[in-house]
Amino acid sequence: MGETFPALLSQALLAGALVTVKVAAGSLAIAIALGLALAAILVLTRNRFAHGLIRLYVEALRNVPSLTFLFLLYFGLAAVGVKLSSTVAAIAGLGLIGGAVCVDIFRSGFRSVPDGQCEAAASVGLSPVTAFRLIVLPQGLRLALPSIGNYAISLLKDTSLVAAIAAPEVMFNARQLVNETFQTALIYGCAAVVYLVLTTAVAQSVLLVERRLELR
Amino acid sequence: MSNDILLEVENLSKSFGSLKVLNSVSFSLRRGERLALIGPSGSGKSTCLRAINYLEPPSEGEIRLDGRVIGRRSDGKQMSDREMAPQRAEIGMVFQHFHLWPHLTVRDNVALQPRKVRGVKDADANKLALTLLSKVHLAHKADEAPQRLSGGQQQRVAIARALAQQPKVLLFDEPTSALDPELVSEVLNVIKELAAEGRAMVLVTHEIAFAREVADRIIFMDGGRIIEEGDAKTVLDHPTSPRLRQFLASLTLGENAHG
Amino acid sequence: MFLDTIANNLTDWGPRLLAGLRLTLMLTVAGFSAAFVLGLAVEYFRSRPYGPVRFIAKLYITIARGVPILVILYLLYFALPGAGIILPSFVAGATGLALVYAAYLAEVFRAGLGAIPPGHREAAVASGLTPIQTFRLILLPQAIKHTISPLLVNLVSLLKDSSICALIAVPELTLASRELMAESFLPLHVFALTAALYFALAWPASVLARYVEERLHAPGERLPAAAANFTSNSARSGVSQA
Repeated sequence: MGETFPALLSQALLAGALVTVKVAAGSLAIAIALGLALAAILVLTRNRFAHGLIRLYVEALRNVPSLTFLFLLYFGLAAVGVKLSSTVAAIAGLGLIGGAVCVDIFRSGFRSVPDGQCEAAASVGLSPVTAFRLIVLPQGLRLALPSIGNYAISLLKDTSLVAAIAAPEVMFNARQLVNETFQTALIYGCAAVVYLVLTTAVAQSVLLVERRLELR
Repeated sequence: MSNDILLEVENLSKSFGSLKVLNSVSFSLRRGERLALIGPSGSGKSTCLRAINYLEPPSEGEIRLDGRVIGRRSDGKQMSDREMAPQRAEIGMVFQHFHLWPHLTVRDNVALQPRKVRGVKDADANKLALTLLSKVHLAHKADEAPQRLSGGQQQRVAIARALAQQPKVLLFDEPTSALDPELVSEVLNVIKELAAEGRAMVLVTHEIAFAREVADRIIFMDGGRIIEEGDAKTVLDHPTSPRLRQFLASLTLGENAHG
Repeated sequence: MFLDTIANNLTDWGPRLLAGLRLTLMLTVAGFSAAFVLGLAVEYFRSRPYGPVRFIAKLYITIARGVPILVILYLLYFALPGAGIILPSFVAGATGLALVYAAYLAEVFRAGLGAIPPGHREAAVASGLTPIQTFRLILLPQAIKHTISPLLVNLVSLLKDSSICALIAVPELTLASRELMAESFLPLHVFALTAALYFALAWPASVLARYVEERLHAPGERLPAAAANFTSNSARSGVSQA
């Protein structure tokens, strides 16, 4: 096929970027859902057992490299018969790690809501769960936004790792192209630019949302 | 110059961008004289005070301490912080928010300047610190961390710290404005004692009754200019300018009590 | 059963993994030291008044925080030879880590100094201390207090990211585990053991960082806004502060 190099490059990068965004979005969704749910549990219950389990999950996943964990999931599960596709393993792996990160973020956010507000909610007669839902949650989310933004950016960068488990994202495609054309600096340089564009986009969006929320 | 003028402020102007905060302010301070700057918020009195030791470098004008120009080299260019340090060492400043250094004990806060700027030996500096702390009635707190003291105590330590410089003049920037009401008098009493010793000082304050008692002269500022000045009791008991009358009247009504 | 398998293979796996671990530690130490020094320099330049130097520093920080470490490593290891610079894998790995983490540490240094109320500097300057004395006696001690915990957090982060160097063939722990997996066909066990090794290194440091964070901020002292909630996450952040 006589496709020109620029065409090949853009194709590889674009297709890869799509996968990158897909993986990132999927992981982000899992991470936020997990993080929120577990953080809510931490705030709403005093159950030692639940707290302990959640703590265990968080500490375990936050002190292990993403790459190692991805290998563990992808190859490890395959060995016991659970064959995950690269993309699914990627989303699951990054999502689980992200969940651990987000638990702490949301917990901090909830704890940063001023005590006085919770006291006012209680004195008005709201049940703890309702008070959480109406008073703590909305404000906690707002306070957590910058850190979630930071996490999202770090997640975008971590998606580059899933090339190692053969997910066809940017770095995977880039490496294949390099093997075919040997234009190493150019291809990886462009890959860097792709990531820069993505991370800057996310960073700016977060700033935008922050500003919108402040103005309310 | 063999006269007894200690500090001269000449044609001091200061702008922040397009906002002119000080407009050609001039006054002088004699040795041993106690001067109070009063005026409503935004009148520029704090900026004026901070210009004296070049914490707010003037846009125009000259400051002279003991006849020597502060803050400018002989070629007219502004000095760097490093060049200004020896000059600033002769001027003791007490801040509204005390600004004691939290990683040093009370004693070390007071002893730092003598040790590091004037080269006083550690033992002598510590002795000096204790003496000054006794002077402000806080010797028993010498080894405490500053955060554990009340606001009034911290401010007294800050005064001791300024005194440790053995300065030619003391500058007080609203020393009691950040204090709870019941802590104000302990600080004012210390300042009163210093005034009674005949120390030259410029005092920016909202405590008008105190200013009347302690100051020899009073300058009333508004909108960046000096509106009225003169003997303290005369200016306060018999104000001539309408703005000063308005200001004093509003104080009685409690409007400008805490700026 | 699971643990038994691991125990049985320990004599084979142990030395290989420990050899990899040794390199992981070397990468971490080398990378972090270089990042520390470079980060100080970057922050120094960033704090200069307007000029090309400041712009370059800010640009550097933006790029280093917006591009994945893997890309930087690939560029250093695969692309530089095209320009005649052939770096050994370890050097490329440590350099890549250092280049990226210098940007994070620059932010830590900035926050550390920024958390000091400006009045402290003013009081120092007003009493006649020179700028150097002010920095040495007043600003630096307090800045150190504020940066110890974030530095530890970044150290842990760098330790974890050293695993990425496996992808440019640095024989560190993750690469060793990858090889062992291929040989033993026991990925679950191998990687679980590997994860445990990383955990054993990272977790104490994380705990220490949290402990320091809590201890150093005496009751009543206001936490700097950046550190208050999100220290443990700001390590790999990308949203730049204004």
